[in-house]
Amino acid sequence: MNTPLLEALSAVLLVAVLAGAVLRPFGLPEAAVAVPAALVVLATGALPLDQARAEAARLGPVVGFLAAVLVLARLCDDEGLFRWCGALMARGAPAGGHGGARRLLGAVFVLASLITAVLSLDATVVLLTPVVFATAARLGVRPKPHVYACTHLANTASLLLPVSNLTNLLAFSASGLGFTRFAALMALPWLLAVGAEYVVLRRFFAAELVAPVAPASTGETPEPPLFALATVGCTLAGFVLASALGAAPAWAAAAGAAVLAVRALARRRISPAGLLGAAALPFLAFVLALGVVVRAVVDGGLGELLGRLVPDGTGPGELFAVAALAAVLANVINNLPAVLVLLPLTADAGPGAVLAMLLGVNIGPNLTYAGSLATLLWRRIAHRHAHDVGLAEFTRLGALTVPAALAVAVPALWLSLLVIGG
Amino acid sequence: MTVLVWIAEGTWPACVDAARAHAREGAEIALLHVRGDDVPAVAHGAFAGLLGRGQPEDDPGERLTDLGADAAEELLRAAARRLRRPCVRLERHGHVEREVVAAAEGAELLVVARDGDPDRLGPHSLAPAGRFVVDHAPCPVLLVWPAAAPALATLPPHPPGHPAPPHPPVPPANPPRHG
Repeated sequence: MNTPLLEALSAVLLVAVLAGAVLRPFGLPEAAVAVPAALVVLATGALPLDQARAEAARLGPVVGFLAAVLVLARLCDDEGLFRWCGALMARGAPAGGHGGARRLLGAVFVLASLITAVLSLDATVVLLTPVVFATAARLGVRPKPHVYACTHLANTASLLLPVSNLTNLLAFSASGLGFTRFAALMALPWLLAVGAEYVVLRRFFAAELVAPVAPASTGETPEPPLFALATVGCTLAGFVLASALGAAPAWAAAAGAAVLAVRALARRRISPAGLLGAAALPFLAFVLALGVVVRAVVDGGLGELLGRLVPDGTGPGELFAVAALAAVLANVINNLPAVLVLLPLTADAGPGAVLAMLLGVNIGPNLTYAGSLATLLWRRIAHRHAHDVGLAEFTRLGALTVPAALAVAVPALWLSLLVIGG
Repeated sequence: MTVLVWIAEGTWPACVDAARAHAREGAEIALLHVRGDDVPAVAHGAFAGLLGRGQPEDDPGERLTDLGADAAEELLRAAARRLRRPCVRLERHGHVEREVVAAAEGAELLVVARDGDPDRLGPHSLAPAGRFVVDHAPCPVLLVWPAAAPALATLPPHPPGHPAPPHPPVPPANPPRHG
């Protein structure tokens, strides 16, 4: 086949893969469309085999790292880490007191930011959000501000560590930064972006947060899950140590997950099948396949097109431009394909540009509540969620927090790059 | 004819007390709690944004729906205990203020607590949901303070440009005696 035809084919396949991930026809997993599409790309030669192999070799360790983090978070849940977080939050906001809802919001911010940073945004969305809701209900406060805070922080607070978000893991492997250096450069942007979220949410939900708190039933306080806490602490130390020794930090995550897995298997708290389920294998296949298809499209001409939009240099203006472009792209498709598209383009411009892109793709999705405009439109069209009444409110909140968080995080990144050096 | 009592987080004890004080003997009392569907929807959206990481049964939207139903049941049970009168418990979900208005159709009285900032009187004592219900209720509304009603001394001063009434109402120094 000739080149323009192959380029068109890869573009069509990418659209099909993204559509498959959004529409989920017949409830099929995302990989059901993505893997055949990747095979077509390979069979037609739209992406040469050696390049596909290079892409797979680059993505393989990343998805392995992600699997380890997902398993680690799930096993921490089984150890009672998140139940204990709920008790901590409840203790921070004594029932019956005036201002209890505000103190609960403060506690939610602290815990959701830490959980997201250390155990990834998936842990906050899937495991922490129900705990936060249950805690709010137990304290007799209105749950809305606290649940909205959780979903926002899952994105915004995922800036800090390479493990906080799959987007970070992908960029981390391409940026050439060490684990510690990545965290040091992102610490100030993370702190200020979370701070901006707090200021906006406190004002946005002012009426919901001042309502008096009725005296509520007090539950028993669970024991602190010391084993899980120690394992997570050692895993973090392992990241730093691996980074200092020049080893892949994925091994530290794998070791942490293995320690908890052996304990859980020995105590028959999880089955081997449950362990595999926690690793989200179909999703890992989806990432690999998506990477191959995106690579074919980027090499086929999209890269050249977007390359003109990605500015060179690491001045505050250029960083803003990269972050804004990334935020827009993340909202149109989803932040995962957005990173795969933008990564080859920003990697040439240096770590500063890569990190600015991460600010965009991680903070940006708060604008559309289902992660992307595509998902949102489909949900509207399908009328599957006729009661999505919070949509206008969520979008209004995102329109306030996303620019505010980017406005403080980008200059903070510029400053960090200046002081610490890329 | 029913006295409908809107049970909302934080403010419900005042509504229950008002219903006990003001519902006439023999009137049917219905306690209503409405869950907003937007909260589970937002959690579900965040899960959809993960693009398939996690199994369908991990969807926090479903978990929040279940937890919300349990919390509503618990809240209505506590309200019924406080009422100490026979009553009907109604659980609804959807668009909160619209559901409250719809449920009030044909009611004798709707008891609502102010849901705004208790420290800032005046236009802020009603949050948007409370404002909507008061504006659109198809029946008489009994609007109560969540805690003790404020003293008259908390009234703001007259706005500038509007003259004070010529004869400020002062209590008579020597009330007339009968007898």
